[in-house]
Amino acid sequence: MAQEPAIHLSGITKRYPGVVANKDVELKVMPAEVHAIVGENGAGKSTLMKILYGMVHPDEGTIEIRGQRVHFRSPKDAIDAGIGMVHQHFMLAGNLTVLENVVLGSEPRRGLEIDFRRASDRIKELGRQYGLRLNPAQKVETLSVGERQRVEIMKVLYRGARILILDEPTAVLVPQEVEDLFASITDLKGEGETVIFISHKLDEVLAIADTITVMRGGETVGTTTPDQVTTHDLAEMMIGSELPSPETRESTVQDEVLMEVEGLSLPSGDGRPILSDISFRIRRGEIVGIAGIEGNGQGPLVDALIGLRPEATGKVVLRGDDLADDDARSRRSAGIGLIPEDRQKQGLLLPSPLWENAALGHQFHPPYAKGPWIDRKGARQQTAEIVRRFGVKAPSVDVPATALSGGNQQKLVVGREMIANPVVLLAAHPTRGIDVGAQAAVWEDLKRARHEGMGILLISADLEELIGLSDTIHVIFEGRLVAELDPNEVTPEILGSYMTGARQTQQEGAA
Amino acid sequence: MSTLASRLFPARRTGRYLLLALGGVLVLTVAGIISDTVDLTARSTASAALRLSIPILLAGLGGLYSERSGIVNIGLEGMMIAGTWFAAWGAWQFGPWTGVVLGILGGALFGLLHGLATVTFNVDHIVSGVAINILGLGAMRFLSSIVYTRDTGGSVVQSPPVQGISNISLPFLAGGDLFGWRTPDFFGWLERRDWFFISDLVGILRGFFGDINWLTILALAIVPLTAWLLWRTAWGLRLRSCGEDPWAAESLGVAVLRMKYYAVVISGALAGFGGAFLVLVQANIYRESMTGGRGFIGLGALIFGNWMPAGVLGGSVVFGFGDSLRFRGPNIVRSFILAIAIAVLVIGVYALTRRRVTRSIVLGSVGVGFLVFYLLVQQVPNQLLTATPYLVTLLVLAAATQRLRMPAADGARYQRGEAV
Amino acid sequence: MRGGRLLTSVVAPAIALVIAFAIAALALLLVDIDPLFAYGQMWEFGTTTESLISMVNRAIPLFVSALAVAIGFKMGLFNIGVEGAYLLAALVGAYVGGLYALPAVLHVLAILLVGMVVGAFWNGLAGWLKVKRGVHEVISTIMLNFVAFSLSAYLFLNIFKAETAGLTTATALIPRSGWIPSLNPVLNLFGVEPRAGSDLHGFLVIAVFLGIFYHYLVSRSRFGYDLRASGINAPAAHASGVNPNRMILNTMLLSGATAGLVGMSDLLGFFHQYVQDFPTGFGFNGIAVALLGRNNPVGMALGALLFGFMNRAALILDLRDVPREIVTIIQGVVVLTVVIVYEVIARYVTRRTVAAAARATAEQEGGEEPLAA
Repeated sequence: MAQEPAIHLSGITKRYPGVVANKDVELKVMPAEVHAIVGENGAGKSTLMKILYGMVHPDEGTIEIRGQRVHFRSPKDAIDAGIGMVHQHFMLAGNLTVLENVVLGSEPRRGLEIDFRRASDRIKELGRQYGLRLNPAQKVETLSVGERQRVEIMKVLYRGARILILDEPTAVLVPQEVEDLFASITDLKGEGETVIFISHKLDEVLAIADTITVMRGGETVGTTTPDQVTTHDLAEMMIGSELPSPETRESTVQDEVLMEVEGLSLPSGDGRPILSDISFRIRRGEIVGIAGIEGNGQGPLVDALIGLRPEATGKVVLRGDDLADDDARSRRSAGIGLIPEDRQKQGLLLPSPLWENAALGHQFHPPYAKGPWIDRKGARQQTAEIVRRFGVKAPSVDVPATALSGGNQQKLVVGREMIANPVVLLAAHPTRGIDVGAQAAVWEDLKRARHEGMGILLISADLEELIGLSDTIHVIFEGRLVAELDPNEVTPEILGSYMTGARQTQQEGAA
Repeated sequence: MSTLASRLFPARRTGRYLLLALGGVLVLTVAGIISDTVDLTARSTASAALRLSIPILLAGLGGLYSERSGIVNIGLEGMMIAGTWFAAWGAWQFGPWTGVVLGILGGALFGLLHGLATVTFNVDHIVSGVAINILGLGAMRFLSSIVYTRDTGGSVVQSPPVQGISNISLPFLAGGDLFGWRTPDFFGWLERRDWFFISDLVGILRGFFGDINWLTILALAIVPLTAWLLWRTAWGLRLRSCGEDPWAAESLGVAVLRMKYYAVVISGALAGFGGAFLVLVQANIYRESMTGGRGFIGLGALIFGNWMPAGVLGGSVVFGFGDSLRFRGPNIVRSFILAIAIAVLVIGVYALTRRRVTRSIVLGSVGVGFLVFYLLVQQVPNQLLTATPYLVTLLVLAAATQRLRMPAADGARYQRGEAV
Repeated sequence: MRGGRLLTSVVAPAIALVIAFAIAALALLLVDIDPLFAYGQMWEFGTTTESLISMVNRAIPLFVSALAVAIGFKMGLFNIGVEGAYLLAALVGAYVGGLYALPAVLHVLAILLVGMVVGAFWNGLAGWLKVKRGVHEVISTIMLNFVAFSLSAYLFLNIFKAETAGLTTATALIPRSGWIPSLNPVLNLFGVEPRAGSDLHGFLVIAVFLGIFYHYLVSRSRFGYDLRASGINAPAAHASGVNPNRMILNTMLLSGATAGLVGMSDLLGFFHQYVQDFPTGFGFNGIAVALLGRNNPVGMALGALLFGFMNRAALILDLRDVPREIVTIIQGVVVLTVVIVYEVIARYVTRRTVAAAARATAEQEGGEEPLAA
């Protein structure tokens, strides 16, 4: 191949205190190709892209853009070299217009002023060229998620980028928007742009990529093409061994209903309900899975069940007691446990010692509390027990939670809920963003608890996990439960068609 | 120039503001007639209101720059104090215009300090603001004790008297001089005719155009200048982007830290200018605590004005007008309360026609409350009057927090390279 | 771990103080005054028995004010309204206390209670505005301060002023049953015999009790746990079952009640009536002391004593032709530097702790290098 690579990274190494995020990374991306980079969370994809975009400086290694050796000191240098990044979390100012967001930092001038006319024309022209429909005068806060992503791509194109980095671009999109995005990516490729597509959704990767590079443990472990591999092969490359199986086949479900939810609805400010008429039951020893594309009401459902949404209506009955009017604390004391979706945001006090973190959510009962006082001794002992029993790797119970790795933080959160032995445990994305070892441990914990008779509501974006662990699966779509499925019979493909709203159940038709 | 004006003041909104202002004058006129006080719309009231508005305006604009870049600035008071001291010292040593420059620089210096703490060292903005206020007061008193020794005619708490900055009257409209020729005083003539409403309106206009101070003109000019800078130039867009989402700005290569520094230094400079105005236009002397919380009222005007330059101006005028009533005898306060009662009732009736029943009931009862107060109370104590701007700010916040739009990342402790 | 805490809690204020004194020394040098002479004079004068008593008396309200501020800080609430709350509380307390005579201890308790209620109400308003209307407490407490100044001036001059006060404007004198006796008899027991007129305020006992109460409340109680959790991570605290609105309201009420006691040491131990020049500024300086003491009761006590010392010792400077205002500069600078230095050290300590824990974990896992999370 005589053609020169658009990007050539070699020997990239980046260390953080106590952690190596990238280790001797090799990456070659050819011009006008869609190059996917896949890997688990924590595999080093994000760090690598930040290095390529000048936000992080590598400790070792070289970057070559079209054969030129470069040193990026800031994103500005990367932009000047024709690299653009579409961030996973949109980097947009809501109170500014589309035009202002797009031109920011590279404003066309006319005299002392910004040349708004020229900017607007250029945005419209680019929009036509790449099929990105946008109104430059609109404020960004009024746009849908898909439109915002278009603004992000527009920002990059406006700067004349020839290399686009798309960081998990489909994570927040609904299926129709994903199709639009893929069409745009094809257009981009047709115009000679190089696209780096970061994802862990393997079927999408196979659908859109020309070349795939797999990362694991901060290293690049291989490069392949879609026609050479299956999703299963890719997954094994990502994990580096046989897939650990979440499966639990023998049923432990008993007849006793632990939690019964009936007609749970959650109104929103704009009239369209966030949750409408949700009903399901969890029996003793049962794991009830909730499948759905992110943003279809899973987060609000968990919040409503634990009592953080007082405006919710409907019944939440726990072993015969209706808890609908109770606040979070009384629901917790009644026996509802919670593994929150985002452990750092909702589940931990990062600068506080582990024992205070173990008490979080349980600070009002023994062994963490004695009357109106916190029982420091009891809490420490209990925390030591959690650390021991759930394999949390920590030097002592007095280190701050921030000192733990993500997996160990999650083990602590899981442990503190398990050890309190709740009647029903709400587990939202319990294995998100943790390493494979920790993931297997959490699966084990959930299985054991189920075996001992706990009722578990499992929300996960990982369909294999969902199918493997659940006894019953409900699909949530736009705030409603649209299907109840048997995990023994369902495949990820069928599940996917329900999640996107492409398929509806009979009960839906009847209603 | 006309396009600039139309861009800055879109016709639709300008018309509405103008209508509102005229309605306000009408209400004041009616209230003045009922309660038999002409002072309410007299030229002296208007000019006092304008004069008292300016320091608030400057502090508010100072707050605007800072908060638009994401730095909460409750240190405005301290920066203003620095402005008063340095302005007086400069005027005393070198003349009034040097005083203005030094006042601005003094404020800017403390703005820089606030920037150092919040931008470079990432200190909580409120903490730094509190410290600046304590430090501003202490440092100026220290300087006074050294500089204004007894033989200068000053003392620890005040400077010797200084020369202020002179006033001018606009030619033709308000009888100002033009190349030594005294032009006719058209507005004065109209006001003396004592025609209903027209004379009242002109009285207020005369307060604005007749006998106006150079610094007032300068300060008022900063309002459109600010609007233009922040909304029409690349520099302004970058500054605002830092207040809305500094991480996004950083990702596009905007030098966020530098923009924030610009903003706090300008913020301090404007607050310092406000202090200089107090010294060189209102008092012709430096006295300790002469700012009297105007930095904080400026913050109130900023909120009242929804973080927009024209809004800050509106808020400052409202607060300045309230302030001016204090010096104009007890009667005027009563008639002002009557004016408020009328205004609130009118808005209440308007709401009723729009079928906003709850709102009209609330407004109606508030209006009746003011009316009862007017009828029962013969004299409003000054102490309560001083609380007006603060109460108004609280009420505005309580009533409209949901509709106010402060910069999204205002007060965020931003560090470079933190972006996801 | 312990090293880290020592570094942040002792070294940061120490460095800040050194910087503040150095800057003040520089300012003095600029005007041709030997800073060592000035500081020496302060030390000499400030360490006499009478000065030390005055230092403690001055420290008491600052300490109580710092406690009020710190309660808010602990849950991330910024109560700038202590100033207004304590002035109103002292005024109303003085007025009510002057109306009736009650049995000795009861009378004092009644006045303290009135003060606490007034303070709680006033700062509670800000809490209510935040919970119900979403008004940021910093803005509302600033505005409420000014309203409190106006309101107290109005009440004082128009309603609460005593007719018999003569030349000085003041409220009626509180009957003796409402006075807090001085602690001088206790000092005498230890052989300390201060000069006449130098009385150690009895409120000291209450202040110490408040400090202990604060410690147990914040660090040992369930309420304190909820308070701190809300301050560190509000969404996590919410998910753990803390009602954020109730927490905000309770904290502001508690902070206000404490603020209501700030003026009581001087009122019941010295003035026995509210006077025109009742001391002001404790609320603002309380913020400084809380920052200096890092919200730690012992730290704040030391900070308050330091401020008290400086304020007292500064009195000598006028007689020595040194501008007394140098002390205000030190205090202003120290507030700014202590937060800056703390910020810098905290960043360093966190980095070190994380690295150490990561190393320890890595060793547990058998030398394998852990990966980024």
